Amino acid sequence: MKYLQNIGVYFLMIKDMFRKPTKWSVMRTLIFKDIDDLIINSLGIVAFISFFVGGVVAIQTSLNISNPLIPKYLVGFATRQSIILEFAPTFISIIMAGKVGSFITSSIGTMRVTEQIDALEVMGINAINYLVFPKFIALTLYPFVISIAMFLGILGGLAACVYGGYGTLEDYIDGVQNDFIPFHMAYAFIKTLVFAFLLATIPSFYGYFMKGGALEVGKASTTSFVWTSVVIILANYFLTSLLLG
Amino acid sequence: MIEVKDLHKSFGDAHILKGISTTFEKSKTNLIIGQSGSGKTVFLKCLLGLFEYEKGSISYEGKIFNELNTNEKRDLRADIGMVFQGSALFDSMTIAENVMFPLRMFTKQSFSEMEDRVDLVLKRVNLPDAHKKMPSEASGGMQKRVAIARAIVNNPKYLFCDEPNSGLDPKTAIVIDNLIQEITDEYQITTVINSHDMNSVMEIGEKIIFLKNGYKEWEGSKDTIFKTDNEAVTNFVYSSNLFKKVRRMYIEENQ
Repeated sequence: MKYLQNIGVYFLMIKDMFRKPTKWSVMRTLIFKDIDDLIINSLGIVAFISFFVGGVVAIQTSLNISNPLIPKYLVGFATRQSIILEFAPTFISIIMAGKVGSFITSSIGTMRVTEQIDALEVMGINAINYLVFPKFIALTLYPFVISIAMFLGILGGLAACVYGGYGTLEDYIDGVQNDFIPFHMAYAFIKTLVFAFLLATIPSFYGYFMKGGALEVGKASTTSFVWTSVVIILANYFLTSLLLG
Repeated sequence: MIEVKDLHKSFGDAHILKGISTTFEKSKTNLIIGQSGSGKTVFLKCLLGLFEYEKGSISYEGKIFNELNTNEKRDLRADIGMVFQGSALFDSMTIAENVMFPLRMFTKQSFSEMEDRVDLVLKRVNLPDAHKKMPSEASGGMQKRVAIARAIVNNPKYLFCDEPNSGLDPKTAIVIDNLIQEITDEYQITTVINSHDMNSVMEIGEKIIFLKNGYKEWEGSKDTIFKTDNEAVTNFVYSSNLFKKVRRMYIEENQ
C-alpha cells in the first residue's frame, strides 16, 4: 500500500514540477548551476570508467576468441556493440544514480531538514518547480555525457587491443565500422533520455519528501540509489523489448 | 491585524489545536508561549498556511485565508516574512544573495536597486560588511540577523518568528529581541513570535498568548503576566527560582 501511495505522490510531484513556474531570471541561474553540478562535474568519472571498461571489454572478447574461423575484427565489433547498446546508456546511468542521484537526494533532503524548503513555501514559491525542474532541464544534456562515454569506451577498447597486443588497429577499426546499424544509436539515446528523466526525478522525490534529521538524509540517499537503479533496470528491459524486440 | 477564530487542527486521531481564538495586532510583538507539545509550532504553521486546518478561520486584515484564490494567496505570502528556528538560510548563496532572494523572486527592481535595498537592511541589522560571507561562515547570532534581514527586505506586513533566540547566548538573544521589537515598531509590522524564552516574554511581550494542551489558556501582556494568578501560567513562566524572585519583587514594588 505504501509503495502505491509513493507512486501516486511521485506522479503528483511530476505534475507540480511544471506548475507555477519560477521567475525565468532566477530559473536560468539554477539551470546553469545544475548543469555544472550534475553534468560537468560527472564528466571526469564517466570518462575514466568508460575508457577502462571499454579496454576490459576488448581484452575479454579477444581472450575468449579461440576459434581461428572467427574473424579478428570481432573484437572491435563486440566492443562497439557492448558500449553503444548497454554499457554507455545503462551501466553509466547506474553509476550516475549513485553519483548524481545521491547528490540530488542529499542536497534537497538537507534543505528539507534545515527548513529551507519551508522558507521557500512560506514565500509562496512552488518549491518543487524551484528545486526539481532545473535538474530535469540540466539532465536533458545527459545524452552529451553518454556520447562521450561511447566515444571513450570504444577508444579505450582500441588502446587496449592495439597496445596490449590483442589485435591490429586495422582489424579493430574494421570491426567498429562493420554492420553498423544507425538505429542502435537512436535506441541508445532514447534510453538515455528516459534514464535522464528518472535520474532527475526519483532522487528528487526521496529528498523532497524525506522526514527526520541528518541520519535520515543518509538513509534517503541510499534508498534513492536503490530505487533509481531498480527503475532504470526495469525501464531498460521494457525499452529494449519495445525498440529492439 | 490577524484574527483567528475557533481554530481546530488534528493529525489523525491527535487533536492538536482545540478551538483557539485570538487577535494579533499591528505594530505589536505578539508572543505565543507554552510547553513543548502545547501546539505552538502547529499554530504558527497554520497561521503561515503551511498546515491546513479542519475548522475555524484565520483572516489577514479581514480577508479569510482559506477563501482567497491562488493569486490572492500568493500576494498575501509576499507580505509575510518568516524567521525560522534554524534561520533556514540557503547554503548555496552568500549572505547578500540570501537577503536579495525575495526581491529577485517578487519584484521587478533593477540589480542596483536590489543591491541598495540589501545594503540598507543589512545595515539595519548591524551587518554592514557581511555581504560576501557564506551562511556557514556566520555565527548563530549573525545567521539570525541575516534571517531577519531576509524577512524584512520586501517590506512585509507580517513577521513570523519561530523561536528566534534558540541556541543563542543571553546577550545575543536580547540583541535579537530588541531588533525584532524595533523593526516591528519602525515598519509597523504585525509580528508573531513563537518562544520558549522567558527573557523574551519579559522584554518584548506586548501581547502574550499561553497555550496548553491545544487550548488558549491565558492571554495578556508582559505587565499582566506578573499579576496573573492563573496557575498554569505561573507554573510555566515562574518555574525557575530567579523568575519567582523577580515576580515577588515586582509585586512588592507595585503594592
